[in-house]
Amino acid sequence: MAGFLLWRLAGMAAILGASSVLVFGALQLAPGDPATFLLSGRSATPEAIAAIRAQYRLDDPLPVQYLHWIGGVLTGDFGRSVQFRTDVGGLIASRAPITLTLIAMAFALTMILGVALGVWSATRPGAVDKAVLVGSSVAVATPSFVLGFVLIALFSVKLGWFPSIGAGEGLADRLHHLALPAVALALTFAGVLSRVSRTAMIDQLGQEYVTVARGRGVPEPTIVRRHVLRGAMTVTLTYGGLLVPGLLVSTVLVETAFGVNGLGQLLQYSVTVKDFPVVQALTLLTVAVFVLANLVVDLLAPLADPRVRLGAVS
Amino acid sequence: MLEIDELAVRLPRTARPAIDHISLTVAANETVGLVGESGSGKSLTARAVLGLLPKDAQISGEIRMDGADVLTMSPAGLRRHRTHSAAMIYQDPRAALSPFRRIGDFLAEILREEIGAKAARSRAVELLELVGLSEPERRVRQYPHELSGGMLQRVVIAAALAGEPRLLLADEPTTALDVTTQAEIIGLLRDLRARMRTGMLFITHDLELAATICDRVYVMYAGRIVETGLTRRLFAEPRHPYTSGLLAATPRVSALGTLPPAIPGRPPDLLSAPPGCRFAPRCPHVMDSCTAAAPPLVDGVACVKAEL
Repeated sequence: MAGFLLWRLAGMAAILGASSVLVFGALQLAPGDPATFLLSGRSATPEAIAAIRAQYRLDDPLPVQYLHWIGGVLTGDFGRSVQFRTDVGGLIASRAPITLTLIAMAFALTMILGVALGVWSATRPGAVDKAVLVGSSVAVATPSFVLGFVLIALFSVKLGWFPSIGAGEGLADRLHHLALPAVALALTFAGVLSRVSRTAMIDQLGQEYVTVARGRGVPEPTIVRRHVLRGAMTVTLTYGGLLVPGLLVSTVLVETAFGVNGLGQLLQYSVTVKDFPVVQALTLLTVAVFVLANLVVDLLAPLADPRVRLGAVS
Repeated sequence: MLEIDELAVRLPRTARPAIDHISLTVAANETVGLVGESGSGKSLTARAVLGLLPKDAQISGEIRMDGADVLTMSPAGLRRHRTHSAAMIYQDPRAALSPFRRIGDFLAEILREEIGAKAARSRAVELLELVGLSEPERRVRQYPHELSGGMLQRVVIAAALAGEPRLLLADEPTTALDVTTQAEIIGLLRDLRARMRTGMLFITHDLELAATICDRVYVMYAGRIVETGLTRRLFAEPRHPYTSGLLAATPRVSALGTLPPAIPGRPPDLLSAPPGCRFAPRCPHVMDSCTAAAPPLVDGVACVKAEL
């Protein structure tokens, strides 16, 4: 167990290190100069431009720039935001709770909807199954920001049940504000998960032990709960866990559509204005979430399937 | 106790019934063998007794358990039948148990709602003791992958006994096990039968094995019963060529190094329906009249020659 964890942590560090090089290099390749944004169209003296370039170390050789940046990251200093003139770490920390709440809500919705639809469609072949399949295809094919606009038009503008913009203050108000964005975010993923859990459940329904349970007089709802759902859990948990990074990335679209000032909107805006310290930090954070989600899924695997032992494969 | 009367089962998209008008009985405290090659319809017969036939199968005839027809039972009646009247012991114990659940949960499953979770748990331990599994207290907390095949088959037998059924359906209970474990399981079944006084339908492809445990034997071929009788009689003087063929095909230690004569050919699959006697294409004594009409089961044998 300890060996497994150490091995995985070393792997995570290697992945994050390699990604940091890629993230840093990619932003250097992108066109545009942060100094131009900082001056925002005003004519500036060459001295002023030089001062800014010196402040952000834009004239150092690239490897030196990278080492300076990564050295800061390792000590928790992500640099200063070009647009907000504040510490990037603080900026992310102030917006993270909103996005975390949004992702948590969307994740819960995805799991509940996805598994429920999967059960429904696997246990009722025919009309119900077909309807769920069509519904999930539409959900998968609809981009979340399009869905966002539809939800706003229906539930905010027409019915007035939910606010159309902002993240709200306090817990109840926040949940109220984030409800529509969470639905917009979750539906696509729930559509995918319902397909996956449907297949896993149909596989379970064909297992001999399900027939055996039936032959022993176990009531059908118990069979679905304790045998089919339990057996499909390995698949749904693994798949569900791996959806979390996808949810984080999709917040860029949904937070923009709903005017929610979380990390997604921050990333979208920072890319537009070439606020490279913020973009670098957020991209690296996304990679970290991806790697962590994988680790959590692997750590949970023995709980879902008693035959799995940690470290047996690696 | 169990009476199967002219049962016929036809699966969708097949040319002939998988079970073709068979009748058999099992009395209380009697062990009856159902013997035949794979695909002869033996396992399907056992599943039919539990009401486990596929929904799209065409079914005729009756399966009466203490007079009540299994095929027309209400869902509640069928559940009571499956928990307390008849229980099955399966061929592959590893496939019969969910790998995700503890042994104790599997055993207690049908007892929980009847006697409560706590009583069901202690009953699970008792059941494991009954089938001679060591350390039952520890076993109930283990998962199937932590037990050997023979131990798991004991668990499956214990589960079958959970509802104190009057009829045990043993579907090739030793086929997936190695030889020494086979002997242990057969010994256990004999012992339990004597103690619990349950009837048993013992399904196997192994005629010798059937001889060691059964009072009477039915020999099944391609969905039909071709011969039946007391075990001793059937062994001493088989009357159907298929029965003789099966007996001759059994390897014997007295004839080491020589392969026993196999029955040439293979049983017909469900997509072909040979006319008349289904065994005719493989029969060494085949005559013209064999393929004209299926010989009825008269006096314990279904063969044109036996009638002469």
